[in-house]
Amino acid sequence: MQEAETKNGFVNFTEKVGRLTVAGVEEIGMGAMMVVETFYWLIFGRREKQAVRLGAIAEQCVAVGIQAIPIIALLAATIGMMLAIQGIHTLRIFGAESRVTVGISFSVVREFAPLITGIVIAGRSGSALAARIGTMKINQEVDALYVMGINPVRFLVVPAMVAMMIMLPALTLFSDFVGLFFAGVYVNLDLGISLAAYADETIELLSVDDLMHGLGKSAIFAVLIAVIGVVNGASVQGGAEGVGKATTRAVVQSISAIIVTDMLFAFVVTR
Amino acid sequence: MSETPEPQETETSAPRNVIEVRDLVTHYGDRMILKGISMDVHADEIMVIMGGSGSGKSTLLRHLMALEHHTSGTMRILGQDIDELNNVELVDLRQKLGVAFQGGALFSSMTVGENVMLPLFEHTKLDRKTMEIMTRMKLQVVELGGFENLMPSELSGGMIKRAAFARAIVMDPKILFCDEPSAGLDPVVASQLDDLILLLRDALGMTVVVVTHELDSAFKIADRITVLDRGEILFIGTPDELRASDNQRIQNLLNRVAEDDTMDAETYLNRLTGDEPAYRPL
Repeated sequence: MQEAETKNGFVNFTEKVGRLTVAGVEEIGMGAMMVVETFYWLIFGRREKQAVRLGAIAEQCVAVGIQAIPIIALLAATIGMMLAIQGIHTLRIFGAESRVTVGISFSVVREFAPLITGIVIAGRSGSALAARIGTMKINQEVDALYVMGINPVRFLVVPAMVAMMIMLPALTLFSDFVGLFFAGVYVNLDLGISLAAYADETIELLSVDDLMHGLGKSAIFAVLIAVIGVVNGASVQGGAEGVGKATTRAVVQSISAIIVTDMLFAFVVTR
Repeated sequence: MSETPEPQETETSAPRNVIEVRDLVTHYGDRMILKGISMDVHADEIMVIMGGSGSGKSTLLRHLMALEHHTSGTMRILGQDIDELNNVELVDLRQKLGVAFQGGALFSSMTVGENVMLPLFEHTKLDRKTMEIMTRMKLQVVELGGFENLMPSELSGGMIKRAAFARAIVMDPKILFCDEPSAGLDPVVASQLDDLILLLRDALGMTVVVVTHELDSAFKIADRITVLDRGEILFIGTPDELRASDNQRIQNLLNRVAEDDTMDAETYLNRLTGDEPAYRPL
């Protein structure tokens, strides 16, 4: 009897793992298709009589990028100052606090600016995208697009994904400047190094490769956030509760994907 | 100079079919939902599709709107076999179809006017002013003139349905599909929507396909009625023929006689398919 229960438990566990694996692979496949379809509509939309509208992309750029500037500025400034505080504190042990600029420059440009920008956009725009598509799905608005002869991927997904691919690197660049500037302000206040000297040293230390490292990562983050938002939104079932779950799932998955990708990217690029 | 008179359509001539469905079989997963449906919808008629819950009427409507892929059978809409259409041809066909969804399906981020204008904006090269005029005209038809700047959330249930009708007819479709137009509305507003459907058929010459379970509404507007039961067609004919039917299930439907429908979920799904369940719990 007990043996049968153990066997049943094992079968159930295996079945559950199998189902989850299949569902996961399905979602990854759907995400990959979404990326392919996005580029398809961008390139061949006009031939299909459904060109992607620049106005829709611009609208999304404002929502994803422009409206996120205040929060990105606040967090970038905070991160920059935090790095300066921590860097000076650590280097003081060795009496090398004047070299803090090295740590700040590389950390902000290569890691923290893309990471913090990606996380903010995942929480702000990735969740909004999942909620929007999920709500549209349960309200039959996606069906309405189909029957009006409007491809939902072209109409909903392409503008959001393109806007993220434009605005995330742009915001990361903005974040670089804000983070470095406020770190410089703290360095100036604490160590008395002038802002001009700090800026000179930062420019001397950083190469275009460092800048592109951060911006390249942010472009990948943009695709991840958009795809995860869309896949979760499109998978919504069961009304408002389903939308809530999909939104939460989209944020958690996006942030996780960003952090894991960040590590992998850093590993691959620095080999 | 003499003119050759146009051939007159006689009463005996066969009606022109705008929708032809033959042996349509559909599945959701392993479950068969529609079991070999064959039906025609004639030009300029109002065809009402009725049936109880789980009869397959909403599934049939989704197939008629080319929203789902069928397992087998053929479906010709406006003379075109939808299985043979490529993406561009399907988009062209869809511009000749209008759909008023049960809940309206208006885009909540757009105003009523923008909702109605969207098909024009996407599929025509008209200038903005002309599109706005056409939008206002369609909103006037559904008695929503002056409401174009409101958001859908500011409309009542009946107004949302009428706005959905305005969007559905803005491209002057040849066929208008309506999914449960009276659902959730009070009798007066429901009756107004019935009048609107009759107006659209008579004034704009549209063929209208309506899915409903409201008997009063069906008898008021229908030229012909199709009754679905468990994925099969039980009846196709005029409202008078339907009333005269001696089929017990039809009489139960017409007289609102409850059948012994007490069943668990598995039985319900089996009723839909008539098959054994695809998945058996261990």
